Amino acid sequence: MSIKVRYFASLKETVGRAEDELQATSPQPARSIWQQLNPDLPIPDTLLAAVNMEYVGLDTLVNDGDELAFFPPVTGG
Amino acid sequence: MTIKLCEQAFNPWQEIQTYQTQTAALTGKHGATGVFVGTMRDFNQGDSIQGMFLEHYPGMTEKQLEGIVAQAEQQWALLDTLVIHRIGAVLPDDTLVLVAAWAAHRGDAFDACRFIMEALKSRAPFWKQETLASGQVRWVEKNSGGYQNPR
Repeated sequence: MSIKVRYFASLKETVGRAEDELQATSPQPARSIWQQLNPDLPIPDTLLAAVNMEYVGLDTLVNDGDELAFFPPVTGG
Repeated sequence: MTIKLCEQAFNPWQEIQTYQTQTAALTGKHGATGVFVGTMRDFNQGDSIQGMFLEHYPGMTEKQLEGIVAQAEQQWALLDTLVIHRIGAVLPDDTLVLVAAWAAHRGDAFDACRFIMEALKSRAPFWKQETLASGQVRWVEKNSGGYQNPR
């Protein structure tokens, strides 16, 4: 199975990538996906996550085919 | 409900005028229009700012804004709403965001406009990257509480 992971704004620069594709054998919590993809980067305190464009907590399970996004606090308006 | 992301500078007053004129549901019915216009400043956190780039998450931005406006429509008696937000390169004095809420009565228009704006600030996935007068580029880390002096 495959999970698409996207990074935005300052986080994209910190991570050094805009996207990742994670191959996993079972659904994974968002937190553990971060840890697998960024083993050297602690999870930022202010990290926000979305699955399929809806906000989720970091313990939410992410399934095959989902799009997971990580980003910093939003600053629009 | 109309939501637009706009790469070019726009005139919020012209947008309101045009929308109001073209929306039949408003004709003769709207007693109150709650409007918020956000404009780019040339200063932030003590520094002069020469320009800004507004990044967004395509798809999620629209989805979140639609959800916010739908929530407002459930909570207040609105006739229609218009939300326009700039994306891309922005200059000081450009309009960043327009929220207009039309209702029969002022309470619904005022409150819905405020609600939509505050929810947009905390939930819509936009990120500002400022270019200072010195040329230095930095990300805005978080939105302010909306008042000059903390409350």
